[in-house]
Order: sequence, then structure tokens, then C-alpha cells
Amino acid sequence: MMWYFLMSDAFTFGAFLISYGTIRFSQNFWPDPNVVFNAFPGAGHANLPLAFVSVMTFILIISSVTMVLAVHAGHNNDKKGVIKWMLWTIVGGLAFLGCQAWEWHHLITGGHAVLMDGHLDVVGQTTRVNPWGAEVHGAAITEALSKTPHEALVKLVALNDHSQTHEQLAQLSDGQLRGMINTAELHVRETGPVAFGGFFYGITGFHGFHVFSGVVINIIMLIMTQKNVFARRGHYLMIEKAGLYWHFVDLVWVFVFLCFYLV
Amino acid sequence: MDHQNISSEVTIPHHQHSDEEFRGRIRKTTIILSVITIIELGLGLLMYATNFPDWADMFIKGVIVILTLAKAFYIVSIFMHLGDEIRNMIMTIAVPLLLFVWFIAAFLWDGNEYKKLRNRYDKTKQEELIRMNAPIKAADTTTRHTLD
Repeated sequence: MMWYFLMSDAFTFGAFLISYGTIRFSQNFWPDPNVVFNAFPGAGHANLPLAFVSVMTFILIISSVTMVLAVHAGHNNDKKGVIKWMLWTIVGGLAFLGCQAWEWHHLITGGHAVLMDGHLDVVGQTTRVNPWGAEVHGAAITEALSKTPHEALVKLVALNDHSQTHEQLAQLSDGQLRGMINTAELHVRETGPVAFGGFFYGITGFHGFHVFSGVVINIIMLIMTQKNVFARRGHYLMIEKAGLYWHFVDLVWVFVFLCFYLV
Repeated sequence: MDHQNISSEVTIPHHQHSDEEFRGRIRKTTIILSVITIIELGLGLLMYATNFPDWADMFIKGVIVILTLAKAFYIVSIFMHLGDEIRNMIMTIAVPLLLFVWFIAAFLWDGNEYKKLRNRYDKTKQEELIRMNAPIKAADTTTRHTLD
């Protein structure tokens, strides 16, 4: 029955990804994934497109391999082997979840200068606003800057100037703040398609939830193995089923990776 | 009693492969998956680093999609060992999934048509095209005079 559950789950994910594709095809502009996903933990503002997500992909592939080895150890009724490889699989799953948490946090809290409603603002990638529109240059920035309210000016200065706190910057006048902004160095974009955030967080979140439940299932299987439940039963078929689910999670990631990061 | 008889999850005996044969197979699959992923990343970065015409980018994206399908095939048939199951079992899984062929084609086509219609009739979309310096195609303008 696991196979038929997985098939129905495949249709759920398929429907999500296809609705994402439909909306994307209906837009004149869509953000370039190389621009959106270019950060790496500890690398500051270095431009490293796709680097972090490829680490996540390899983590998931490797944890799939360790799962195969756990299943194989189960066929040989090798309890120690099952425990060892299940542990590594769980470690891989947790590592993936940690990476995803970092990625989401970085996208949501990261500040990007955008031109919206005629003035500049600093926003992150959320389900309401998308900072990855077309690039804005020259006079358009200067004009928008003159209409930018105090609150947004503080955030703009804070983007590059870390010597003063937000409170200190908030004390300054609008004129002083504008003087501190070098429009030539400011990377400003228009807002992009709003749907991007909802689809991205919705689909990677749904997948992340599958990873999470997979880790929980694997932990339960590990405990059952340790308590000799399968040894007494004479077979490790439950490991096999947990394995099918885990590989499916890896399979879905292959397509999420394709649709959001590669094309 | 052989354990295969107590579940529908596994329809083949697993001890047909020796341990060495199994390890070799898993190692080979892991290498294939890793290499395909690296090629995909390389192609993705190639599109980012260069400025190919649209049709060339579309071609590269097509190659990436095919590589991804190959990856999916290896995961399902080797890691999930569906390829080793009996044929009828494989068919009950694979045949329903063929719906995706229609599903993907129909919806992406629809999305594209929606874009064309809006570009033709929606003033804000026309302005967006001009702002983006996108070439206005004949299809975008032919009926514009009927709006005025």
C-alpha cells in the first residue's frame, strides 16, 4: 500500500508544481534563481549562486544511499547494520532541515532595496512582496530617493553602514540620511511577481514537512529496531517501507530543485 | 515462510543479488546521480554566466529537464527497487502517472495563453512590456486598435 500512498502524494506535489508552472508561464517576468539563491552560510555577501542548494541536494542524495544500506542490512537480519545506517539517514535528514531553516531565515530577513509605489524601500522575500524584479538604474533611483520616507531611509543606510545602530540613524534628519546613500552603489530592483513567495514557501515547506515526518518515522523505526521488535518478528519489512517513503522525499526534492532552482 | 508473502510492498525475493553485486550497483547509482546533479548545476551556472539567446537557454533548460527525469528513473528503479518488482506491479504505478503528461502540457499551455491574452488586452501588461524593453510581437498589437 505504501506505493499507492506515494503515488497519490506524487499527484499532490505534481499539482502544486504544475500550478506554480502555470502561473510562471503566465508572467512576462520571473526572477532568476541564480540571483535569488546566491547566499551561503558564513560567506557574507559573496555571490555564490546555487552553491548552498547543491549542498542540500547532495545531503539528501547521500541520506538516500544510507537508507538503501539500512534496508539492505535489514534483509540480512543485521541489527547493528540497520541501527548504524538508520542513524546516518536521520543525521542527513536533520542536516537538510537545518539547511532549509537557514535558507528560509536568510530569504525572509534579508534586506533588499526595491523601488515600489514610486519610492525606495528595503524588504525581504515574503509571501506578500518579492524584491527580485528588473534592475533599476540612474535617474529613476535618485527621483525615488527624494520621495522615500524616513523609516525606509534608515533601513537603506543600515544596509551598508553598520557603524551606527538603527536608533542612532533614526535620530538623523532625512537630508542627512539621503546624503549618506550613494545611489551608484545601491542595487535597486523593482518588485517582482508576488506569487513567487507563496509558491516557494508553500512547496518547499510542504516538502520540508515531508522530510520532517520522514525523520520522525525513521526515529521510530530506529527505536523499534533497538527494542528488537523486528528481530522477534523475523523480518525488517518496516524499514523497507520507511525507506520507500524516504526515497520518495528525495525524489520530490529532485523536482523541486529543478523547478525552483535550476530552470 | 518467506517474508515476501506477508506484504504487497515487495513482490520479489531480495536475495537474488550477492552483497558485492548489491554494493557495486548502489555505488554506481550514487555516482550517476551525483554526476548528473553536477552537470545540471554546471548548465544552470552556464546560463547565468553567459548571455545566450532565448532559444539556446530554452534548449539548455530542456536538457536539464531530461537529466532530471533520468535522475528520477534511477531513484525509483534502483533505490526504491521498483525496477525489480513484477511487471504488473510496475504498471499499476507507472500507468496512472502518465496522466502527468497531459496535466503538464495542458496547464503550461494554458498559462502561456493567459499571458498572451493579457499582453494583448490588459493596458498595465502592455506598459510592463514597454518598460521591460521586450519586443512587442505582432500578436500583442493586432487587436489593439479595437480597444481605442
